[in-house]
Amino acid sequence: MEFIKAENLTFSYDVEDNQQPNIPVKVINDLNLSVKKGEFLAVIGHNGSGKSTLSKHFNGILLPTGGQILVDGMSTSEEDNVYKIRRKVGLVLQNPDNQLVASIIEEDVAFGPENLGIEPERIRELVDSALKAVDMYEYRTHSPHKLSGGQKQRIAIAGILAMEPDCIVLDEPTSMLDPKGREEVIRAVTKLNKERGITVILITHNMDETVDCDRVVVMDKGEILTEGTPHEVFAKVELLKKHRLDVPQATELCKRLRDFGLPMETLPIDTDECIKFLEEVLS
Amino acid sequence: MSETILRTENLTYTYGAKTPFEKTAVNNVNIEIKKGDIIGVIGHTGSGKSTLMQMLNGLITPTGGKVYLDGKDIYANKKELRSVRFKVGLVFQYPENQLFEETVKKDIAFGPKNMGLSEAEIEERILKAAQFAGLREELLERSPFDLSGGEKRRAAIAGVYAMDPQILILDEPTAGLDPMGREVLLSQITSYHNASENTVLLVSHNMEDIVRIADKVLVMNSGKAAMFDTTRAVFSRGDELEAMGMRLPQITKITNTLRQKGFPLSEGILTVGQAFDEITGYLKKEGKL
Repeated sequence: MEFIKAENLTFSYDVEDNQQPNIPVKVINDLNLSVKKGEFLAVIGHNGSGKSTLSKHFNGILLPTGGQILVDGMSTSEEDNVYKIRRKVGLVLQNPDNQLVASIIEEDVAFGPENLGIEPERIRELVDSALKAVDMYEYRTHSPHKLSGGQKQRIAIAGILAMEPDCIVLDEPTSMLDPKGREEVIRAVTKLNKERGITVILITHNMDETVDCDRVVVMDKGEILTEGTPHEVFAKVELLKKHRLDVPQATELCKRLRDFGLPMETLPIDTDECIKFLEEVLS
Repeated sequence: MSETILRTENLTYTYGAKTPFEKTAVNNVNIEIKKGDIIGVIGHTGSGKSTLMQMLNGLITPTGGKVYLDGKDIYANKKELRSVRFKVGLVFQYPENQLFEETVKKDIAFGPKNMGLSEAEIEERILKAAQFAGLREELLERSPFDLSGGEKRRAAIAGVYAMDPQILILDEPTAGLDPMGREVLLSQITSYHNASENTVLLVSHNMEDIVRIADKVLVMNSGKAAMFDTTRAVFSRGDELEAMGMRLPQITKITNTLRQKGFPLSEGILTVGQAFDEITGYLKKEGKL
C-alpha cells in the first residue's frame, strides 16, 4: 500500500546576491517517488544532491514550491494536515546533540507523547517500549550528555518512536558517529522496520548502510538518477562513481574480478557475500 | 634516519583529579615522531586521542610527563606556549563551527596576523592557504557563513594552514563529507605533505582514510598507546584492533578472514588493488585463469 507519494515535487529558493537580481535555485526538480507502507527505503546522493531537502518534505518541515507530497493521502501543503502528518512521520536529524531536550533520558523520550496529551500511564508504557526497542532501557534514568553519539542518536529515535509514528525519516543519522555508533543506529532502525513494521526512509551517503534495505534511490541534482534493490543499484559501479558515490570495497573487488573474467551471477554487496564468493572461487 | 621533531615522555592527563569523577584520559604515553612523518591516529571514542592531540600543541597542560618539540620541553616556559601553537597547528573536529570573521579572507588572516607578520606576507599566506584548501579566489570576499558545508570546512582548514605550522594535526577532517569531498581533501593533505615535507597527524575513525594516506599508525586504547607501527603492520593485527572496538577496512576484514580459513593471502592487505593482485596471482598459479 502506498504511504508517501511525491508528485512532480519541485523545491527552489532565491539566492540573495548584491550584484545580481535574485536567481531561483532548483534543489528538487520534478521528482516522482512513492514509498510503500512498511518499506525500508534508502536515499543516497552526494553533498548537495537534494536528498536532505527531500527528507524535510516528508513531514512538512519544507513545503513544495511545485507539485505536492501526499502522506497517507493528505497533502503537506494544506495547513490543517500538518499536525496529523507529523504524528505519522517522525524526523531524526544528523546531530544528536541538537535533538535532546531533557536532563534525564526517559523524560526526553516522554517529551513527544506528553505534548500530544496522552495519559500518564500510557506515556510510561510508550517510553519503556521505545527505550527497549532501541536497546537503551537500562539507561532510562541516566543523563543524556554522558552518552556516546550512537547512544544519543538511539535516544532521539526512541523519542520519535514514543509518538507511535507509522514512518521514521532519518536524515544522515550516522554521519557524526564513529563506526560502532553507526552500526548501533543502523541495527536499531533495521529492527524497527522488521519487527514493528515501521516504514523507514534512511538518507545517507554511506553505501555500506544500505545493504539491508528493500530499495535504494540514488539522487543527483535534485532528480532520481537510478533506483532498485541494493544488488541492482550497487551493480552500477561506474554510474555511482561518476556521481561522486563509492561502492563498498567488497563490491569493487568483485566487480574488478568479474571484469577480469571471473564468472559471477550477482555482484556481492557485503562482507559475508564476498567471503562466500571468494571461498568458492579460490578452493 | 630523519630527526625527531616531537617526543612525549610518560605523558599523562587526568580529568577531575581527586574528585569522584577522576578519569585518566591519557596514561603514560611515550611516542617519538620523526620530521616529515605522516601518521594516522585511531582508537574508539573516548580512547584519549583528542586529549593527546591537545597536549601536543599546548592547549591543555599535562598532569604528568613531558612534550618535547624540537628537543625543547614546551611546558617548561608558559610564555613560549603561544609560539608552540603557531608551530603545531590543530584543526579541530567540525572546524567550520569556529569561523567567525566577516569575510573568508579575514578569517584566514587571523592566525598570521597574530603571528605579527607584515601585510604583504599575510596576503601571500592567504592566497597560498586558499589554494591549498581548494577554495576558489572569488569566495575570499564572501562571508564564511554563506559558504556550503564543504567550503566552510576548507576555509577553516586554510586558517590553520596559513600559519605554516611545522606539524599539522587534523582531528576527523573528513567527517560528514561525501566520498568525493573526502577524496579531494585527502589528496590535498597528501600533496601538502609531499611539497612541504612537514609532519602531519590525522585523527580519523575512517580506516580507509588512514590507509590511504598514513605511513605509520598510532593506536590509542584506554588512554595508552597500544600500537605505534607501520600501517600494514598495525592492520595485520586485525583481531586485536577489533577487540579494542575498532573496525577494519572492509577489504582487510575479507582478506584476513580468508587467510584464517587457510587461503594463501598476505597479512594486512589494505587496498582493493592489493587484494585483486593477490587473488588473480593465486588463480593464475593454480591454472584456474
